[in-house]
Amino acid sequence: MPVLTMGLLALLVAAGLAGVLAPAFGWFPALGHTRPGLGAWRDLFAWPGIGAATRLSVTTALAATALSLGTTMLICAAWHGTRVFAAIQRLLSPLLSVPHAAAALGLAFLISPSGWIVRLLSPWATGWERPPDILIAHDPWGLTLIAGLAAKEIPFLLLMTLAALGQMPARRSLLIAQTQGYGRVTGWLKTVFPQVYGQIRLPVYAVLAFSASVVDVALILGPTTPATLSVQVLDWLNDPQLSLRFAAAAGALLQLGLVVGLLAVWRGSELAAMRWGRGWVARGHRGRADVLWRGLALVAAGLAAAAVLGGLAGLAVWSMAGFWSFPDMLPQGFTPRAWATHWPTVADRVRDTVIIAGAATAIALALALACLEAEHRYRLKPSAREMWLLYLPLIVPQATFLTGLQMLAIASGTAGIMASVVAVHVLFVLPYVFLSLAEPWRAWDPRHALLAETLGAGPDRVFWRLRLPMLLRPILTAAAVGFAVSVGQYLPTVLIGTGRVTTLTTEAVALSSGGDRRLIGVYAIAQTAVPLLGFLAALALPALVFRNRRGLSGAT
Amino acid sequence: MNDITDTPRTARPAAVSDDAHAGPCTGLHLDALRIRLGATTLVALDTLIAPGEVLSVMGPSGSGKSTLLNQIIGAPAPAFQSDGQVRLDGQDLTGMGPQARHIGLLFQDDLLFPHMSVGSNLAFALPAGLRGRRARRAAVEAALAEAGMPGYADRDPATLSGGQRSRVALMRTLLSAPRALLLDEPFSRLDADLRRTMRDLVFGEVRRRRLPTLLVTHDREDAQAAGGRILDPLGRPVAPPADGDPGP
Repeated sequence: MPVLTMGLLALLVAAGLAGVLAPAFGWFPALGHTRPGLGAWRDLFAWPGIGAATRLSVTTALAATALSLGTTMLICAAWHGTRVFAAIQRLLSPLLSVPHAAAALGLAFLISPSGWIVRLLSPWATGWERPPDILIAHDPWGLTLIAGLAAKEIPFLLLMTLAALGQMPARRSLLIAQTQGYGRVTGWLKTVFPQVYGQIRLPVYAVLAFSASVVDVALILGPTTPATLSVQVLDWLNDPQLSLRFAAAAGALLQLGLVVGLLAVWRGSELAAMRWGRGWVARGHRGRADVLWRGLALVAAGLAAAAVLGGLAGLAVWSMAGFWSFPDMLPQGFTPRAWATHWPTVADRVRDTVIIAGAATAIALALALACLEAEHRYRLKPSAREMWLLYLPLIVPQATFLTGLQMLAIASGTAGIMASVVAVHVLFVLPYVFLSLAEPWRAWDPRHALLAETLGAGPDRVFWRLRLPMLLRPILTAAAVGFAVSVGQYLPTVLIGTGRVTTLTTEAVALSSGGDRRLIGVYAIAQTAVPLLGFLAALALPALVFRNRRGLSGAT
Repeated sequence: MNDITDTPRTARPAAVSDDAHAGPCTGLHLDALRIRLGATTLVALDTLIAPGEVLSVMGPSGSGKSTLLNQIIGAPAPAFQSDGQVRLDGQDLTGMGPQARHIGLLFQDDLLFPHMSVGSNLAFALPAGLRGRRARRAAVEAALAEAGMPGYADRDPATLSGGQRSRVALMRTLLSAPRALLLDEPFSRLDADLRRTMRDLVFGEVRRRRLPTLLVTHDREDAQAAGGRILDPLGRPVAPPADGDPGP
């Protein structure tokens, strides 16, 4: 069964790659092209923006990954094991459930010329009496894009790091280093970091690949002339001029090459850093600048939280704002008008979003449970290769194999229907569901199963009567994670739905280029609320079901 | 009792003869059972545990005690090789899974299922052959009464005291109508007073129900309290210290 699921994952990714490979080299029967050639590549490289777009994808991806990894490690080095760390964790973990697009829209509002930051400083510091005519989001260097990506990736890496830290003697390592006179941050970096990094390497690669190929955040925050490569590929795919699909396919392949190259560069830097690090450890510097580092870590964590939460608060205010003049911090009055006007359409989008996310999550959960149960029954050991396969849809750029899957879907007439969108969502939901479920599942005391079997229970009875209910909490948490991942999917929905299947996310991103802040606010808040409700349900349901079972109410 | 075995056996292993009052082939028979890990023999036992007898297998941790239990239960870890057989009342258990063997198991932790009430924990163990809501409920109530805990059926296991949890765990095992009992250090988590009470209760039930019982422990006191033979995992008798001598 794990073989089946893993095979399905690999098959879909491979099909997507094949589907992009053929048109990139001129073979696309649906458009009447059956003669191989390099025309697609000529078109791609004839596009004047190709150099700048590629460069932007590379620089923003590297910077966003380095920034999120560095910040996460700094936060852990400076504060892990303290009460402040617990507070940081509580502050940052809700950010995980916020869809990328909503977070980006919030940040775009915060830093916009009429956003809260400018309002806060105007007119006393800036002298501006009206919103200045400057470009902050969409800056040509991609700085806001980098910031937006980092704010969302830091909570993700923090969560992965926490899971890794739970599996190693982190505190004792640090304590030993500290008793030898090492500062906290230096001691952590020298003793714990090398152990941790090996465990979070795949998530880091996923962040790098994601940052290099992200579309929705880049559409909202990224540069426009030119945009990043992945945005350009989407542009070509959406162009009514069908011949541009060939350039899109070639661009999607270039995107893959880019990510592979970036991973290679990153791996090379890992090795270099490792060599340098050995020397650094051997030199024995104790490092005493802890106060500075700790302060910096707090500021960084605070900024990440403020960027997302502040942005969302701003969007919420906008969605209910009456007349709001510059530079007032709040509108003169609140009105439900925007919500009332748009609710009928929003409600439809909510319904479709929930149906798609619910179906994709249910399928992914069933597959993950089947895998884990098979692992238990047949005593299979999870291998490193399976882990890589699981991460495959997260590392191979979406723009690449989704482009291919779209071409296959169009050719087979399955594009633009909800079932296809669900199927593609499963591809991205499954890894997250599996990863979040695997640890608590494997940590379940197998003696329960053995004992039940000696009482005459077969494996099915053990599964349904014992393991599922006892693991209800982590199962629902995994489902909520998967649900949130599906709600946040932009590119799969746009490409496979071909505009005929729309969700809150595709609508929110589509609206982002328009100027109706109230409408953007409505969609971004709805888009944030749906996964949040999923998480609340995942918390509330076990508490309700097991309200009379103390042994299950407090534990993880 | 005699009708359990319908194929009379003529040739019996010599080791069986050391228990005079057992009927032929009744009891838990470890028939030349050997378990190896690579070149190391961890377990070598060849003995019959008679109904109502408690055989103690004593040894330090890592000496193969839990390997032995897993083998008898029918859930051996794949790394181990074994030969010989486990027979229960003459029936060869080779190839049967834990749910077909009717061998009850008590761990050092009570392992009550935390999501079920006390009554549901007990009902989980009741054989499906006992039909009817009322009959099953009555069997559960009777078991609770026997454990001195009448009216506890709807309680949350997490609200019970340690002694109560141990008793429920014992009753749960007994309710599944086992034909033999394995005890995996079942008293080691209990404090001294409770330990004595639980031992009396468990060994009392073993004798009353005439269950062939295997106790694995590293605790000499537990083994002696069982009142039966004491072997190490390789089948050698563990010498009891002289009377009144506290031992080395």
